[in-house]
Amino acid sequence: MQLTRAGFLVLLWLFVVAALRIVRSDLYAASGLKVGIPGFRRDKSGKARGKAPRQLVVTHGALAGTRISLDGRPIMIGRADDSTLVLDDDYASTRHARISLRGTDWYVEDLGSTNGTYLDRAKVTAPMRVPLGVPIRIGKTVIELRS
Amino acid sequence: MAQPVPVGAGPATATGQGNNSSPGMQPVAPTRRGTELWMLAFAAALVTSALTLVSINQKQELTIQILWYGLAFFAVFTIAHLAVRKWAPYADPLILPCVALLHGFGLVMIYRIDLAKAEQALARAREYAPSAPKQVLWTAIALVFFLVVLFVVRNHRVLAKYGYTAGLVGLFALALPAMLPASISEANGAKVWLKLGFFNIQPGEFAKILLMVFFASFLVSKRDLFMVAGRRFLGMELPRARDLGPILVAWGVALGVLVFEKDLGTSLLIFGIVLAMLYVATERAAWVVIGLSLFIGGCLVAFSLFTHVQQRVANWLTPMDKDLFEKLGGSFQIAQGLFGLGTGGMAGTGLGAGRPDIVPEASTDFITAAIGEELGFIGLTALLMVYMILAMRGLRSAVAVRDSFGKLLGGGLSFAIIMQLFVVVGGVTALIPMTGITAPFLSYGGSSLLANYILIALLLRISDAARRPQTGSRPRPVQQAPIAEASTVMVERPS
Repeated sequence: MQLTRAGFLVLLWLFVVAALRIVRSDLYAASGLKVGIPGFRRDKSGKARGKAPRQLVVTHGALAGTRISLDGRPIMIGRADDSTLVLDDDYASTRHARISLRGTDWYVEDLGSTNGTYLDRAKVTAPMRVPLGVPIRIGKTVIELRS
Repeated sequence: MAQPVPVGAGPATATGQGNNSSPGMQPVAPTRRGTELWMLAFAAALVTSALTLVSINQKQELTIQILWYGLAFFAVFTIAHLAVRKWAPYADPLILPCVALLHGFGLVMIYRIDLAKAEQALARAREYAPSAPKQVLWTAIALVFFLVVLFVVRNHRVLAKYGYTAGLVGLFALALPAMLPASISEANGAKVWLKLGFFNIQPGEFAKILLMVFFASFLVSKRDLFMVAGRRFLGMELPRARDLGPILVAWGVALGVLVFEKDLGTSLLIFGIVLAMLYVATERAAWVVIGLSLFIGGCLVAFSLFTHVQQRVANWLTPMDKDLFEKLGGSFQIAQGLFGLGTGGMAGTGLGAGRPDIVPEASTDFITAAIGEELGFIGLTALLMVYMILAMRGLRSAVAVRDSFGKLLGGGLSFAIIMQLFVVVGGVTALIPMTGITAPFLSYGGSSLLANYILIALLLRISDAARRPQTGSRPRPVQQAPIAEASTVMVERPS
């Protein structure tokens, strides 16, 4: 009687622990968001990677704080539902801009938007290379690449 | 399809991360449906053992029937699981198991209280209609609603287009019981019902979700309005007076519910959700401060004007007062709930061994008191933790989703679960005045169950969008970068 009582409570907490384990494993697993954990990144090539951009961070605007990890695939930005970064900005077009990897550098290009895309202060007319930490502005949203 | 993964297996096997050695391959995003199925099985096993314990302690005959009940419960959630697998394959793997555990446990508790009540009725030679079969029926209906919502709403952003419609319907549903005559809308002092002969529903429960959809879409389109800075005061940027309109309307609605429907719980819930969503959208504490002071002001006015509010506050402040305890509509309920929690103590009396039937409304408003009595502090905290995990997964999905409507709706829905729980448990433990509101998934009550399953379906939809790998990205040719330079998504787990 006492045993079953204690046993059930233990089982109940085991459920909680199992759930928390899944939460923990998920912290480092793939999802829309990847948290960079310093010290846990393995560099198999042995040499320092230098300053390769690893994530795209929204610094201003409605989506501020959103991070998207860069895995070589192009990032589509715009109001369209299937964009990688969906903007609800009044100044954004349906398909506004694309940030894509060419060789080792990331380039931003404007996809014929109405209100334009700005790299730092300059308007993007042709594909431009995006250095680390330089803001890309689309309407009221500002994003930048970070390592 | 994901491989079924043992519970608690390390992420090395559980996640199926793309790795460095094959740079041409796309990292396969894990759906983790296998994990979900395992956790569901765990929850079903827990619920079955809870039912067994109740039967043993209630001196019921132990039959193979219990196993069938357990399997039927598991089958119901397997259907839900298969639907998620089909229609929202990347949804969060923990949301459904948490709901299953809470709901199953609620069913066991309701059944257990039924047994006690039936015994009581037998002693007094009265008829007693058990509520567990009804709740099982509601479970089936709720499952259908869950499947329909998951099937129909394929993309949560579509909901944003119906924002104003949802808002109007929601307000109407909220106000409906207040406008109807008391004979078909009042029960136990609260005018929140719609009695339709054989079954009763609380339109307010559904209004809650509709209003959240409205508020999320409203905030997305009018966000800038709330960001305009006014004067600075005490280190906060106060909004301009003319931008206070929407929050005043929300305040008015909340107060209206309090005054005309005598329902402090729903009023607190709606206003809390509005404040939380405003804060999420603007990141400005000023809105919360303004909102809270408005609400406190409103409560003070209501307190001085209405006797039923004064009664509630007196019950809350001095539940053990002898006169109050014996008075009709006095502190009897709260005091019994506190006695129940006290009897349970640290480890509880054991399932089926307590006397939770002494507490009035034990299967609805006071179900947490009943659980606290039989499982004690340890068991009740475990259940609260399950709620926390549920809300945490919801909030995490809201953080990760890549559009602002999804962020706001997800945040609002998750906050609503926790806010409800706070209002219930706060009321039962006499932290705040007791209000008639149900614990999500645990309590007996059809409308609450239906509404919360719809809420969970929407949350799963948002988490599916958040965890789904980015679409519109064709696999790129291998030629792009040398292996040493290729960016990696491999992340180590700390050992």
